[in-house]
Amino acid sequence: MDIVTLINQFGAAYMGLDGSLTLTTLLMRMGGGLIVTFQIFLITLIGSLPLGVLIALGRMSKIKPLSALMRLYISFMRGTPLMLQLMAIYYIPYYVFGIKLSLLNFGPMDIGPVHVEVGWVMTACCIGFILNYAAYFAEIYRGGIQSIARGQYEAAEVLGYTSSQTFMKIVLPQVIKRILPAMGNEVITLVKDTSLAFVLALAEMFTVVKQIVASEVTMVPFILAALFYWLFTILAEFVLGRIEKKLNYYHD
Amino acid sequence: MAESKTLLDLKHARKSFGDNEVLKDISLTVEEGEVLAIIGPSGGGKSTLLRCCTLLETLDGGTLSYGDCVVASDSGSGAVYGGKDVLQRARTHFGLVFQNFNLFPHYTVMKNLIDAPVTVQKVPKDQAVAKAYQLLEKMGLEGKQDMVPCELSGGQQQRVAIARALMLDPAVLFFDEPTSALDPELTKGVLKVIRDLAEEHMTMVIVTHEMKFARDVADHLIFMDGGVIVEQGPAAEVIDNPQHERTRAFLLSEE
Repeated sequence: MDIVTLINQFGAAYMGLDGSLTLTTLLMRMGGGLIVTFQIFLITLIGSLPLGVLIALGRMSKIKPLSALMRLYISFMRGTPLMLQLMAIYYIPYYVFGIKLSLLNFGPMDIGPVHVEVGWVMTACCIGFILNYAAYFAEIYRGGIQSIARGQYEAAEVLGYTSSQTFMKIVLPQVIKRILPAMGNEVITLVKDTSLAFVLALAEMFTVVKQIVASEVTMVPFILAALFYWLFTILAEFVLGRIEKKLNYYHD
Repeated sequence: MAESKTLLDLKHARKSFGDNEVLKDISLTVEEGEVLAIIGPSGGGKSTLLRCCTLLETLDGGTLSYGDCVVASDSGSGAVYGGKDVLQRARTHFGLVFQNFNLFPHYTVMKNLIDAPVTVQKVPKDQAVAKAYQLLEKMGLEGKQDMVPCELSGGQQQRVAIARALMLDPAVLFFDEPTSALDPELTKGVLKVIRDLAEEHMTMVIVTHEMKFARDVADHLIFMDGGVIVEQGPAAEVIDNPQHERTRAFLLSEE
């Protein structure tokens, strides 16, 4: 007896899955969604982590209009629902610029080893997540940057470091250690927030699960989805814990 | 005797924080090989003077130059500073040792020492490392190169900070109350290192509360109070036989 049959028998016996939906087909369909979920998660982090630094620096800039603009940006991004932002970004090309959304499908693309079909839905979704999360990250960075003692800047200045060298070599590494716990919160929230992409009907895990639940009349996908998200966050916690441990070689 | 070389020349320095005038027309010069001690009560302007000399604060008025590098000139209406390149060039003339060390906590002792030479002055790394080992030995810190600052005592940290400043071969080395954050036992080790440097004729400007140390190690001594130089002269003379009433009162209170 092969493993697929075994799994399906388990699904039939304990989850009431049979006929049109076996446990393996359910897991396969959810797995496809999980890959998209993971892509949103990763792309959002890659985009918003550096963008947050820029926004934080703008927010702390001595140039008043820039600082005010960044303040407004952060306030707006944190003050309106992410779901609304996602939908707005999705529709902007059509309603503001009159561009047909189907024209924005960029076709197949290879991101590293991953082959993806980059459509406007995915693009809009990632833009939305990046812009939103960068605002939260910016405030965390700002808190971290402002917690670094004046003396660190002064020591670097006297030693002749330029201000960008001071920031990259002296300040930022210390900031990262200090903000890691707060960043961990955001990263874990992001794992679950990816489910908001369902409003754009993007085939991430939650969208897939909702469809299956509606068509097959079973609660099982919800339970499995909860487990998947939980596992995903446990993995994130583990990675964050490792980084924290690695940075624990000093305290100040 | 060969004519001595003036390394630092500060004239008519003025500095206010709001309505509070912290430096009122201060002039001083530092000659090559000289050890200058600055003493005086807290809030007397010593630290501000040091911070103005090390470009951490800007003067409101007066002139400041390091050798032939003119940092600030007086336009008549206030001090005018040179451009970024001038300030950066001036910074190669001096080093500063802080009261609370300000080592980089995320760097090992070795990295604290070599990072500025390698990053800023583009010294080849192996050359910087060799020099760092020499200085660690001189500071009595052999074998500490792989530790991070938090693993060291305050006295050891301050000696690393002195070594870090020396790595860049400053013409003048400033000390801002280098032992104020240390207990008496740890103070000794740091003072010994500074004494050794004085014996090698390192040019130094030291703001300190250690009167006996100032008397022993300094050639010239300045007593500052209320933003002015109240009294100055050969260190032993000023401390043993102060001429001014305020100096006398201060020295008595410090004993």
